Amino acid sequence: MPRLSPEELRERMARDLPGAVLEAAPLQVTAPPAHGPQPGAFLTTDTLVAPAHLVAAALYLRDTLGYAFLSDIAVVDYLADGLFELVYRFYTLDGGDALVLKLRVPRDQPAVPSLTPHWPGANFHEREAFDLFGITFVGHPYLRRIYMWDEFEGWPMRKDFPKQGDKYIGADE
Amino acid sequence: MLKTEELQINIGPQHPSTHGVFRMLVTVDGETITDLKPVFGYLHRNHEQIAEQNTYLQNMPYTDRLDYFNSMANNHAYAMAVERLAGIEVPERAEYIRVLMVELTRILNHAGALGFLINDMGMWQTQLAFGMREREKILDLFESASGARLMCNYFRFGGVARDLPPDFLPRLKDLLIALPSFVDELERLLRENEILLQRSEGIGVLPRELALAYSVTGPVLRGSGVPYDVRKAEPYSVYDRFDFDVPVGTVGDVYDRFLVRVEEMRQSKRIIEQILEQLPDASGGHINPKARQNVRPPVGDTYARVESPKGELGFYLVSDGSGKPYRYKVRAPSFINLTPLGDMCRGYKVADVVVILGSIDIVMGEVDR
Repeated sequence: MPRLSPEELRERMARDLPGAVLEAAPLQVTAPPAHGPQPGAFLTTDTLVAPAHLVAAALYLRDTLGYAFLSDIAVVDYLADGLFELVYRFYTLDGGDALVLKLRVPRDQPAVPSLTPHWPGANFHEREAFDLFGITFVGHPYLRRIYMWDEFEGWPMRKDFPKQGDKYIGADE
Repeated sequence: MLKTEELQINIGPQHPSTHGVFRMLVTVDGETITDLKPVFGYLHRNHEQIAEQNTYLQNMPYTDRLDYFNSMANNHAYAMAVERLAGIEVPERAEYIRVLMVELTRILNHAGALGFLINDMGMWQTQLAFGMREREKILDLFESASGARLMCNYFRFGGVARDLPPDFLPRLKDLLIALPSFVDELERLLRENEILLQRSEGIGVLPRELALAYSVTGPVLRGSGVPYDVRKAEPYSVYDRFDFDVPVGTVGDVYDRFLVRVEEMRQSKRIIEQILEQLPDASGGHINPKARQNVRPPVGDTYARVESPKGELGFYLVSDGSGKPYRYKVRAPSFINLTPLGDMCRGYKVADVVVILGSIDIVMGEVDR
């Protein structure tokens, strides 16, 4: 199976799944230190899908295009833009580069449809994203913290999580 | 018919067969497992958050501590990700040295993993000592090249930290002469062994479709009969120049995963022999002299993956143009390979759990991050 480029993927998805593909706006990554170079806007070349169409788009990749292997789900916190970006990475078993689906959700209401009912391999990826970023995966069968203990409060990988001080140390004394 | 009651028990976190601090919440009906949930995070140190506070180069020794059995493979994936992000070229000799080190790592990982697996089955110590003896020889080589046995920290952006010492290649050749007899002996000792057959054949079966749906990688996926290997699927470094086979299993049980690992050691040896034939001389340099180690990659994102001995190891990096990664994500193979553990154990006996877990070959440093 020939490898699809992001442009070809967008073309085919626009044809077969109307409304799923969004136009990607450039992201403003946070400013580097004052002595560093000026921050540039980050314009992704990957396919941005609407959150409501995620499951349909992922199943389209798997069942129609043959990208059966869900390798990775990464979350990036774009604090300056007020959104989370989720990066889904799919491969075919024939080899070659990945097809990437990106998804943007607002930071104050991060809810995403879960892929776990269709793709059990997404289970731990989504639990990790929930644990460290506080993203709710609607439809996940067992959305519990995976690294931190259940009573922990806060989302440690968010950019605004305090890096100093620990309310858990010395709380009982 | 006696009425039985379901019982929940914890295996771990402090248990010698869990390869670290790992807990399994097991529901049993008599001796039979009806449900199993892995619980972990005891070694969680928010590795990714730490990495985002460091410069790119400062993270290199941190990657050693992910999968502390295979620090060279972790270095390789991270170095590749940063090189892609910053557009750094790697000289040919450095690529060969990298592949050489990673293939040696694969041999030592499988030697150790098989030893531990058979230890878990109750065949105490002998096979583990066999594997560890072989592993020591390779660690000696790592020490002579990088200065450290386990936390090698040997890779740099654009190459490796220093060239091979003069006595490295003769010692490697000696090791390669002794290696086939070790692998053959290990296989002969175990392949027909009654204990191993009883404890592994038909145990922990992961069918092909389920293995794919659960996105497991590495020997677990290949044991289930899927010939997927990142070295073949998306050849990186100089892997496209070597001739090697991807061994696969048929049933997907513990025994198949065992055989796949034995065969992978032989294939790694084949690759190393081809490296020795093709290795360019030292005039090419072991590192790109133009490569800056305090990199400031342009704004963008990248993902690089390698076939680590445990599966697909990937790094997803986002750069904001500064000297520190804006986002640093590890796709850890041991972590994802644990996803189907519940399905693999369901229906088997309690004593099989440690064997099935041993056959996945996890390292908690990488699972918990």
